[in-house]
Amino acid sequence: MSALKRILSDRAATIGGAIILGLVVVAILAPWIAPYPGDVTAFHLTERLQPPSADHWFGTDRMGADIFSRLLFGARITISIAVIAVGVSVLIGVPIGLLAGYYGGFTGGALMRTSDVFLAVPQIVLAIAIAQTLGPSVENVILALSITYWPFWARLVYAETNALKKQTFVEAAQALGASDLRVMVLHILPNTASAIIVRTSIGMGATILTAAALGFLGLGAPPPTPEWGRTISEAREFLPEAWWYAAAPGLAIFLVVMGFNLLGDGLRDILDPKLRRGSQ
Amino acid sequence: MRRLEIVLSRLVWFIPTLFGLVFVVFFISNVIPTDPARIVAGENATEAQVQALRADMGLDQPLYVQFGRYVGDLATGDMGKSMYTQRAISDDLLRRLPATLELTMAAMILAIGLGVPLGVISAVKRNTLVDQTLRVISVSGLAIASFWLAMELQMYFSTKLGWTPLNGRIAGWGPEEITGFYTIDSILTGDLASFWDTLHHMTLPAITLALPAAATLVRFTRAGVLEVINSNYVLYERAMGFPASLIIWKYVLRNALISTVTQIGLIFGALFSGAVVVEAVFDWPGLGTYAVQSILQSDTKAVLGFSIIVGVVFIGVNLLVDVVHTFIDPRTVQ
Repeated sequence: MSALKRILSDRAATIGGAIILGLVVVAILAPWIAPYPGDVTAFHLTERLQPPSADHWFGTDRMGADIFSRLLFGARITISIAVIAVGVSVLIGVPIGLLAGYYGGFTGGALMRTSDVFLAVPQIVLAIAIAQTLGPSVENVILALSITYWPFWARLVYAETNALKKQTFVEAAQALGASDLRVMVLHILPNTASAIIVRTSIGMGATILTAAALGFLGLGAPPPTPEWGRTISEAREFLPEAWWYAAAPGLAIFLVVMGFNLLGDGLRDILDPKLRRGSQ
Repeated sequence: MRRLEIVLSRLVWFIPTLFGLVFVVFFISNVIPTDPARIVAGENATEAQVQALRADMGLDQPLYVQFGRYVGDLATGDMGKSMYTQRAISDDLLRRLPATLELTMAAMILAIGLGVPLGVISAVKRNTLVDQTLRVISVSGLAIASFWLAMELQMYFSTKLGWTPLNGRIAGWGPEEITGFYTIDSILTGDLASFWDTLHHMTLPAITLALPAAATLVRFTRAGVLEVINSNYVLYERAMGFPASLIIWKYVLRNALISTVTQIGLIFGALFSGAVVVEAVFDWPGLGTYAVQSILQSDTKAVLGFSIIVGVVFIGVNLLVDVVHTFIDPRTVQ
């Protein structure tokens, strides 16, 4: 079966994939499909805090801006943060895990101990410390998340590599004179791919939640950026009257994270038959 | 004695890991050369006054000297003075630690009480409507932003319905402090009114924190039970005519919980970090609120102290999990 067919055969993966695809399309097309694309920065004080209506599907915010339009532009920020932060974490974590797992010894141990240090505090605590030092901006949120998330992939790949390097096919490749680099990249790495893919999908959801929390705490992009976490914290003083203000971005976060979690779950079932047997 | 060995080998790593953590956080928090002396001195201070204060605070020294001094102070339990509260940071943190621990533990109890039985039910009734519903709920529970859920619950149950207090830990001064845990202190002093009021205040923050944790536990318990339920010894017990409930809740659960216990250690970390934002929403006077206030005040040393104390608790809990593991799974010590 082709990869796409296998994904479509799993309900969770299909729903999750569809949600994410929809989000990406919406994020890209935001300037064209948003009813009021100018409302990211513009304000109309006469239209402040209007409840949802035909003109403003999700109501308006404290500046009188259309919440739906801002939400669409917020999707761009959320996607960029998640993709870049997780991408960097994978690029740092995977080689470290591969090297530490393959060579082992003192250097490998030292690398893994370093990752333990980062795992010794909850991610958001470290990210808060970093983002607080660097100052509130999207770039710093991405940096803070990348610095704190790479150990997850390092740990994962380390464990897999450690198990794989004793396998016969690796010994065979070594006996045929393949270089260490070749063994690692062409023989071991492809076998860790499914674990990495699953972890990455679920990691995207976790990253989006942490990024939103940082935004909520005022450590994300400064206003008037339509970042979802920040919008929720802005809405706080207008509750409970303007219930729609916080509802829309909160549900948006929920939907996206749900999408990545479902996709991750589905991919795990597809890629790891061992676990699939356990769940049936 | 293998158990002692395991504990000792973990303890040996405690100090280096902690040192590494202090190192990382210290240097990260000094990447940008902010000038705490100028902030402390105030806007009207002269340059000479700022200079004097800088020397007084040791900020004129190179970074590695500052680091050495910080670690030295830390070894004696001194984390410096908070620029915001003007008190010793270690005192501030220790005074607030019980509030956070009390909240996290309440959430933990709630999460285990909900998550484990629901996980077992989900496994026993696998692929039925009950299982599907629980699956949808548990996947959703992991996708909700806790600060958003906190705000929505607060808006509905406190502001609109008036069922629960809006924020805080207790109305008034609270019971006489013995342990710092209000529930325990109020029982010890026989102050039942405070006990109920504490529980009342704790309800919403504990539910907010517990939801994702319970969702994780449902999933892990379900998977664990399913793995054990098909094993030979369960088949044997069934053939021997053991009551189904006894098999499930005693013999299956014990083995199924092995992976869940490890998960509980991880969950504790998740609850502890989740408390940062949840406390901020509910004005819960714990470590999280303190951390957020310190961030807003750019009080780097306080943020540093907070990260370290969380690290200590976190590493300690993981150690505890390893020890508990040796008791419920004797195979690890053989």
